Amino acid sequence: MRKVVRGFYAIAHAVKLCKPNVICAYPITPQTEIVENLAAMHAEGELENCEYITAESEFGAASILVGASAAGARTFTATSSQGLILMSEVLYNAAGMRLPIVMVVANRALSAPLSIWNDHQDSMAMRDAGIIQVYVENNQEAHDLVPVAFRVAEDKRVMLPFMLCMDGFKLTHAYEPIELLEQEIIDAFLPPYDPPVKMTTKKPLTFGAYAPPPYYMEFRAIMHDAMERARKVIEEAMKEWSSITGRDYGGHTFTDYDEAEVAVVAMGSIVSMARDVAEEMRKEGKKVGVLKIRTFRPFPADEVRKALENVDKVIVLERALSLGSDGPLTLEVKSALYGTSKEIHTVVVGLGGRDVPRDLMVKIISEVYEGKVKPGFRFEGIHEYEEVIP
Amino acid sequence: MVKVKIGLGGVTEPLVSKNMKTGDWGTEYPVVDEEKCTACKNCEIYCPDGCIKVVEKEGKKVAVPDYDYCKGCWVCFTVCPADAIKMEVKELYKVEVC
Amino acid sequence: MSEYFAPGHGACPGCGLTIAVRNTLEALEGKVFVSNSTGCLEIISSMYNRSAWGVPYIHSLFENAGAVAAGIEAALKALGRKDEGHVVVFAGDGATADIGIGTLSGMFDRNHDVLYICLDNEAYQNTGNQQSGLTPPGANTTTTPAGKIMPGKLGRKKDMVSIAVAHGIPYVASASVAFPMDIRRKVKRAVEFEGAKYIQIHCPCVTGWGIQGKDAVPLARLAVETALYPIVEFENGELVKVRKIKDRKPVEEYLKPQRRFRHLFRHPEGKKILEMIQKIADENAKRYNLDI
Ligand SMILES: Cc1ncc(C[n+]2csc(CCOP(=O)(O)OP(=O)(O)O)c2C)c(N)n1
Ligand code: SF4
Ligand code: SF4
Ligand code: SF4
Ligand SMILES: [Mg+2]
Repeated sequence: MRKVVRGFYAIAHAVKLCKPNVICAYPITPQTEIVENLAAMHAEGELENCEYITAESEFGAASILVGASAAGARTFTATSSQGLILMSEVLYNAAGMRLPIVMVVANRALSAPLSIWNDHQDSMAMRDAGIIQVYVENNQEAHDLVPVAFRVAEDKRVMLPFMLCMDGFKLTHAYEPIELLEQEIIDAFLPPYDPPVKMTTKKPLTFGAYAPPPYYMEFRAIMHDAMERARKVIEEAMKEWSSITGRDYGGHTFTDYDEAEVAVVAMGSIVSMARDVAEEMRKEGKKVGVLKIRTFRPFPADEVRKALENVDKVIVLERALSLGSDGPLTLEVKSALYGTSKEIHTVVVGLGGRDVPRDLMVKIISEVYEGKVKPGFRFEGIHEYEEVIP
Repeated sequence: MVKVKIGLGGVTEPLVSKNMKTGDWGTEYPVVDEEKCTACKNCEIYCPDGCIKVVEKEGKKVAVPDYDYCKGCWVCFTVCPADAIKMEVKELYKVEVC
Repeated sequence: MSEYFAPGHGACPGCGLTIAVRNTLEALEGKVFVSNSTGCLEIISSMYNRSAWGVPYIHSLFENAGAVAAGIEAALKALGRKDEGHVVVFAGDGATADIGIGTLSGMFDRNHDVLYICLDNEAYQNTGNQQSGLTPPGANTTTTPAGKIMPGKLGRKKDMVSIAVAHGIPYVASASVAFPMDIRRKVKRAVEFEGAKYIQIHCPCVTGWGIQGKDAVPLARLAVETALYPIVEFENGELVKVRKIKDRKPVEEYLKPQRRFRHLFRHPEGKKILEMIQKIADENAKRYNLDI
């Protein structure tokens, strides 16, 4: 059924169809409307066998889901920014306990200074937690990936939390015509959660044991293995799901053009504009392409290397910082390209909701294409600035 | 090389602390005077290690410590209302001072 | 007794925590889901491949045992498995009154069907006797050390029992390992109420308090007999029962044998602190009408 809806509704609707048992969240802009919609669905009795809990904080929300997931429930939460980093201690724990909690992050900047607007600094801060991270470009993709998130997270070969990252406001609050999924096709694709272990008095196991040095390292190594296995599981699930829905977004990455000399590497909603500009430049005979990264954890290094094999110059559009180092996406791309000699431009744009107008995108790509700028790290779309002591 | 078994997410089997015999921790151990013992179970209720139990022995119910685990903490001694428990020093710790 | 909590765990000889835990599990005949905060109990009982637990048990973090329990309860409800057992939290005083008070308050506020048991050994014992909100005044801890100018902890013991009552939850009580049958009765009574329940149990810590195993139970009893640890019981906000005290003892009798209070008997500020502690005991006795 095709309907014009906003991003937050597209998520809430898909979550409902995935039949979670415990939903728990705490409001924060721009995630708020996702949980408000779920709360409304719960209030109307549309969520069967489901407890909807308003926690006292994001820390509490994530903790509640740790208990619920360990007891065998399918669990969902959503958050942003400060909420996500407040959850961080719990999320590391949930990943280590191999609890397949699914969450949507409505990407937003981090304080200070406070900003409710979009960039990717929040989810990037959770990069090393052992949580699968997939970034979406539009609301149809966001909607479609919710069942995939549950299926991958709960796959016995994986058993890790799954973070679906969508740009705050830009996607969460945008109206788009969405092909809404139907219950039957989700039911056929996503089996009920069958936890390999769960807390029950019938088999009284101990969860969350601590590991002394003879064990700890193996526990972490096994998480690493699970993350590696997730690569295949994600691909499988996406492929199967595309054949059912008829909508294909590619696998871990998506390339629009195979003969590019200059490639833009990006994640999230900014990809659409980059692709649009590249297409236009190609009409002018310029060999520009876009490599969209969908899966950030596990990072698809092989795919990235292959996609950029014949490219001379790479522009990484960074929506986050790793203060004191390169951009976090650049670090991944550079590592994937290790041993090759490509020109790499790290271009930080759109922090804290700073607009990236089309003209700017054209300028960024053209300047690199025409060899007008040196490779390396720079900010674009930024005013001149000077620090003063007030 | 030994293969280490790693339970998913740190999940581990119940009651396996029993593989740790803590009976050698203490320097003293309780001895129950079976004549005096009234089988009131006080020691059983209080023992922090759950290692003294009232059982049927030759037709009489008496408290019996499990020396595999008893840490010699004296708690049972302090809660016995019948004065039926005596703490004794283990042979190992009976050092002669000369 | 069947096995809900096995021997072989690593508690110090004479530890009060395990007396409280074993009696709680006995009272509920093992029909429980345990959520435990980081702390002594967790460390002594839940090492990988060395678990002492014979009931389903989970440890997540230091400050979220109440929330984790709420999640278990929600899951059991959603999955139609509520009759499998009671959801019980065991959390230290630090986990309860300090770092986890937010998640605890949320759990109380939403009135989850959870019995929260605070194992009050009056400091962060797992990490080596640092003060908590439930450390009593005058106590020498490693973060409130008694020195030339400082007489140990200055603040009072946080009144968590009243904080719990103020949440309007159906059942709140205090108890002591000196009286295990009272613990059992209260645990059984607590689970008759649907909603959040709080029981705070005074548990001597031989290591942190600087006492011996043979002093553990007698000292826990003295804490009650001096009115420093009032044993009370609230149902639906009403005080329904207190443990009365005959011939209330002076607080010195309780304090003197413990290394954590020893300095009070020679420190220049000691007399003042001792008077303050006695005053607290007098206030407790008056407030709960403990004397007979
Ligand atoms: C967030 C966090 N801060 C600090 C610690 C270190 N820590 C572990 S247990 C503990 C104290 C526990 O005290 P309490 O809750 O009273 O339990 P006890 O060990 O005394 O029984 C501390 C400070 C931690 N594990 N996590
Ligand atoms: S000495 Fe302590 S551990 Fe041993 S039986 Fe008595 S109470 Fe239990
Ligand atoms: S407390 Fe004393 S009298 Fe009672 S059962 Fe134990 S040993 Fe026997
Ligand atoms: S330090 Fe104290 S609370 Fe911890 S195990 Fe030892 S006696 Fe028990
Ligand atoms: Mg403590």
